[in-house]
Amino acid sequence: MEKLIEKYYRPRLPHIWCPGCGNGIVTSSIIKAIDKLGLDQDKTVIVSGIGCSSRASGYLNFDTVHSLHGRALPVATGIKLADPELNVIVITGDGDGTAIGGNHFIHTARRNINLTVILFNNNIYGMTGGQYSPLTPTDSKATTAPYGTLERAFDIAELAKAAGATYVARGTAFHANMLVDVIAKGISHDGFSLIEAVTQCPIYFGRQNKKGDASTMLKTQRDHAVTVEAAKKLSPEQLEGKFKIGVLHQSEAPEYTKQYQGIIDRAQKGAK
Amino acid sequence: MAIKTIGKHCKGCGVCVTFCPKQVLGLDALGKITIVDESKCITCKQCEMRCPDYAIFVEKK
Ligand SMILES: Cc1ncc(C[n+]2csc(CCOP(=O)(O)OP(=O)(O)O)c2C)c(N)n1
Ligand code: SF4
Ligand code: SF4
Repeated sequence: MEKLIEKYYRPRLPHIWCPGCGNGIVTSSIIKAIDKLGLDQDKTVIVSGIGCSSRASGYLNFDTVHSLHGRALPVATGIKLADPELNVIVITGDGDGTAIGGNHFIHTARRNINLTVILFNNNIYGMTGGQYSPLTPTDSKATTAPYGTLERAFDIAELAKAAGATYVARGTAFHANMLVDVIAKGISHDGFSLIEAVTQCPIYFGRQNKKGDASTMLKTQRDHAVTVEAAKKLSPEQLEGKFKIGVLHQSEAPEYTKQYQGIIDRAQKGAK
Repeated sequence: MAIKTIGKHCKGCGVCVTFCPKQVLGLDALGKITIVDESKCITCKQCEMRCPDYAIFVEKK
């Protein structure tokens, strides 16, 4: 890891994340995936929105855009369309990606443009002090829900699939090596990829919901995650309260920048 | 084998101490990472993989 930090991080550590925050682990999994694939650092762009998680782009030594809250995907779409040769990786949070950015999320998935989105799901708005997000489980405490949340949470993986994403996976900060693997597969996939990275916010989600310290929250991820393969052998009762990790969905569909090149070619022929 | 710690990066979350299978690590009076007994280390790198702050690295020799 030390060599990877030298190569892929900007010399501005320590980072600002709280003690025990999972964001550092998820970020290193992204870097390990990039390194494993041997991506050209000068041909890889990282785009993020706003939030604790989105802060990751500022630590990484690539061309990066720390954009606006909820708007990472339109910015990334523009970059990818301008130069489809680039590997464009998007870092977003559950608030950034599914609340303010929810509309961009479904439509970018629908286009099946070749972007890799890593959504850091800590079930809360960390940066602004613990408000609930569309991925906060029902009945959780948040500063905006002192008596518990009433709303049902999205299953962002199911939502991505329904919206047209052609690669959908989930990992956790605890299963860090597996997270590297599902991110690498997402980057290699030619189409819109969503990787939900379940991570801990011990400070806001953890404290308000009595989830224990960072180590305890990591153990909770360990104890509640079931691999896709293992889940096949379990009954619905046995899967109660668990969540699946691994590659959840993969399919083929025309990729947007290639379709767009087709339009350019046709228009240029017509002009002659 | 060598364990390298970076005090400037450590925020004392204790994750490495919890997940080290051999009780090699601890936190000092200031709440920063300290090596209790390096001879017990099996270089599994659990600590390095889990540290959210890039404050501990283990080299296999
Ligand atoms: C247009 C706009 N509205 C609101 C905010 C305030 N704001 C900053 S981060 C954030 C929520 C971030 O939540 P999430 O994406 O879950 O990231 P986390 O901090 O939990 O990693 C909000 C509401 C903003 N920066 N810009
Ligand atoms: S508020 Fe939560 S998400 Fe933000 S840095 Fe702290 S622990 Fe991490
Ligand atoms: S490498 Fe393994 S045994 Fe050695 S200090 Fe780290 S966690 Fe403990």
